[in-house]
Amino acid sequence: MSRKPYIREVSKTSWFLSQPRYKRYMAREVTCIFIFAFTFLLICALGSLGKGPEAFQSFLHALRSPLGVLLNLAALVAAIYHSMSWFDVTPQAMPIQRGEEFVPGNVIVGAHYGAWAVVSLIILIWGI
Amino acid sequence: MSEERQIQLEVLRYNPETDSQPRYQTYTVPCVNEWVVLDALNYVKENLDPTLSYRWSCHMAVCGSCGYMINGEPKLGCKAFIHEYGDHIRVEPLANFPIERDLVTVVEDFIAKLASVKPYLIPKEDKPISAGEFRQTPAELKKYKQYTLCINCMLCYAACPQYGLVPEFLGPAAISMAHRYNQDSRDGGRDQRQEVIATDEGVWECSFVGACSEVCPKHVDPAGALQQVKVASTIDWYKEHLMPWVKK
Repeated sequence: MSRKPYIREVSKTSWFLSQPRYKRYMAREVTCIFIFAFTFLLICALGSLGKGPEAFQSFLHALRSPLGVLLNLAALVAAIYHSMSWFDVTPQAMPIQRGEEFVPGNVIVGAHYGAWAVVSLIILIWGI
Repeated sequence: MSEERQIQLEVLRYNPETDSQPRYQTYTVPCVNEWVVLDALNYVKENLDPTLSYRWSCHMAVCGSCGYMINGEPKLGCKAFIHEYGDHIRVEPLANFPIERDLVTVVEDFIAKLASVKPYLIPKEDKPISAGEFRQTPAELKKYKQYTLCINCMLCYAACPQYGLVPEFLGPAAISMAHRYNQDSRDGGRDQRQEVIATDEGVWECSFVGACSEVCPKHVDPAGALQQVKVASTIDWYKEHLMPWVKK
């Protein structure tokens, strides 16, 4: 008897709509667009800084526009969501074995949040 | 107390001799709540339709044969209790695999990929039997023990969208098995396995959707294993390119 396996095609464009967990994954991946936009903004800032104080002032002014504020806010939300989704999986990606036992996952996650808080605080103090 | 109720069991059927594409067939099955979906399939086979084809063996989540899509989710038929579902249950063959017949899938691709990672101990050096066993501490055992629980049920492949989109992807279970042996203190075959897994179609095809670990019935956590392989492979790369004098 000859075989005739049936292959079910996977949609290249809408596969992620079939499962909530795929949608959550795509939400995490989409955050990169906002991170890219923010990085682009930073490069623009450097560019305007190179052109002199006046160009930089007008760049800062443009940042205060509703669109500039909205972009920064979206990038912040996206970065926080992305970072938190990464922190949550760090025990899986970076398990630490001490003696026989593994360090509990919440300790590894907690250490990441702690480090995040410390770095943010340093930047905040340094910025002021 | 066993409570009897009727369920509608909708099964995807495909007969390669007569069908050009799969079709659904619904059976009315009298069930008790303690049953699992596999029991309902066995009821159909024994009482309603002996032509129904599906794989199963142990009925206790050890053999890994009875993986199906149950209401769209990859599950072991022997672990999916009827009482967790409503009165309508849809059973389909595991996603991302070709259908051989009814719920039976073609699994040669997975078997070949699993074999390609050399999922067995490759001793660092040959030693005669008279030299005794390879010894291991409880801590060394614990390092990889979780990955030994894999039963090759392929639910992780059915859950992985990356495997569905890029069939060349080595996939979660095969890479986890490579990781299991790489983590074993008695093993010396890591370099051979890295040739297969630290590649574009190996671990770098994984984009960490994490679905494999969510559906794994044995809590092997393949997604975790794959990320660890990525970290180790990245360290290898830096050592090789920036510090060629350091031995891996």
